Amino acid sequence: MDFDIKKIRSDFPILSHTVYGKPLIYFDNAATTQKPECVINIISEFYKNYNSNVHRGVHLLSAKCTEANENARKTIQKFINANSSKEIIFTHGTTDSINLIATSFGDKFINKDDEIIVSELEHHSNIVPWQLLCERKQAKIKVLPFNEKGELIVDKLKNLISKKTKLITLNQVSNSLGTINPIKKIIEIAHSNNIPVMIDGAQAIQHQKVDVKKLDCDFYVFSGHKIYAPTGTGVLYGKEKWLEQMPPYQGGGDMIDVVTFKKTTYNELPFKFEAGTPNYIGNIALGKALDYVSSIGISNIAKHEKELLEYGTQKLSEIENLIIYGNAKNKTSVISFLINGIHPYDTGMVLDKLGVAVRTGNHCTQPVMDHYKIPGTVRASFAFYNTIEEIDVLYEGLLKVVKMFN
Amino acid sequence: MTIKDRQQDIVEEFEIYDDWMDKYSYLIELSKDLPIINEKDRKEENLINGCQSKVWLDAKFTDGKISFSADSDAIITKGIVALLIRVLSESTPQEIIDADLHFIDKIGLKENLSPTRSNGLLSMIKQMKLYAIAFKSKE
Repeated sequence: MDFDIKKIRSDFPILSHTVYGKPLIYFDNAATTQKPECVINIISEFYKNYNSNVHRGVHLLSAKCTEANENARKTIQKFINANSSKEIIFTHGTTDSINLIATSFGDKFINKDDEIIVSELEHHSNIVPWQLLCERKQAKIKVLPFNEKGELIVDKLKNLISKKTKLITLNQVSNSLGTINPIKKIIEIAHSNNIPVMIDGAQAIQHQKVDVKKLDCDFYVFSGHKIYAPTGTGVLYGKEKWLEQMPPYQGGGDMIDVVTFKKTTYNELPFKFEAGTPNYIGNIALGKALDYVSSIGISNIAKHEKELLEYGTQKLSEIENLIIYGNAKNKTSVISFLINGIHPYDTGMVLDKLGVAVRTGNHCTQPVMDHYKIPGTVRASFAFYNTIEEIDVLYEGLLKVVKMFN
Repeated sequence: MTIKDRQQDIVEEFEIYDDWMDKYSYLIELSKDLPIINEKDRKEENLINGCQSKVWLDAKFTDGKISFSADSDAIITKGIVALLIRVLSESTPQEIIDADLHFIDKIGLKENLSPTRSNGLLSMIKQMKLYAIAFKSKE
């Protein structure tokens, strides 16, 4: 299929909007992505025509919603090539998925003095749940560091692994630097030591083909809203062998089998981990978003985003005293930078008034900022609906910033 | 000059700019007028931590009037802080407690004071008023 950028942009209603009288240039895609019309429409269609609680009613509407919810699960299963839809748990997002694993897997498998290895590149959401677990269990966290380019120093992993290592958890792509981590290699090393691996795919799933079977990861988590689906949706993939052994995370409706005051038995996978009324219309819309991404083709998306990254990197590097943080050989379309002497907040405020939306600050990765000894960066993150011309506007805007603040 | 008069002056100064870039350039100019906090007062207790930019604020009480000094690591924030200090400094505690800072809205900077902007300015206004309450109790 040809990559028709005009057609693609017309699929996203917000992209034709203006801010402060200027065309919106949305470069904050690593924070959240915009939604295509088909996703917006399916939400409205279901609320207008079919809304009814899932897995409960005997009536037609409930059956229709249940079927659509379970079809979305199958779509996700196929999208990441999981063995079975039992391995796909609906959550509220990446953070929720990680907290589920930290609590449930943690309760069962982590004991006093055990060790969990996290990478230095992690988002706070893949640090703090493990710290909370370690406090509860008196376990320890060990950190796999990264080099000046923003690449993990995988050679150090072997020294960090011990007999007490019970889990390695890291992202596939760094949210603040864009580094694509060599997770296949890390998973191989971990498995050769009988250690399971959890992958935070929040910044990866929308940029490249993810095949959990090929990766052989034990857990893979991501958020719907970063892959063109609604907020409040998310996925936890776990190998059945782990999910079967793990205790329920939250109690409530839908996750039970038989409830008596003496003892309750739990529902089978995946429902064991889905307490309460699920965000079924969100889940259905997530399925739709994945269908949309598949219709564009993830390899077409990756190709266009690579062009944007290369052009953006080259263009921004022309600006005197501009430093790009994160120069890994393998990167997604994220450029994190600072102009020497100019506070990221000042840069972001001026760009905002020019219609360019970027994120400024520490991007919930304070350890990464501490590594470089900086308070934060300006982050421009591109999606497949962005264009070279938009990068030119960013470039011109940055020249204005330099002129204003120097 | 009352707090109200000083606010009126600022509103008139900003009226000539209809472009955001010019407004920001003017704020950058104003940031240079900020009474900078003494090095010894630039300490943790005086830090108002926003998520994105830091503001240090100190207050002195002499002859019944409060004077503020401050600093920020971001220049636009520093410019807005300079405006706040220009309006509120050299006033009595009661005047500061009663002050309605309508100029912020009139010059189009209201969004900078929204809690979601996380730049510490809202906390700074609160802190200025708290200083006023504290000094008033000593009067």
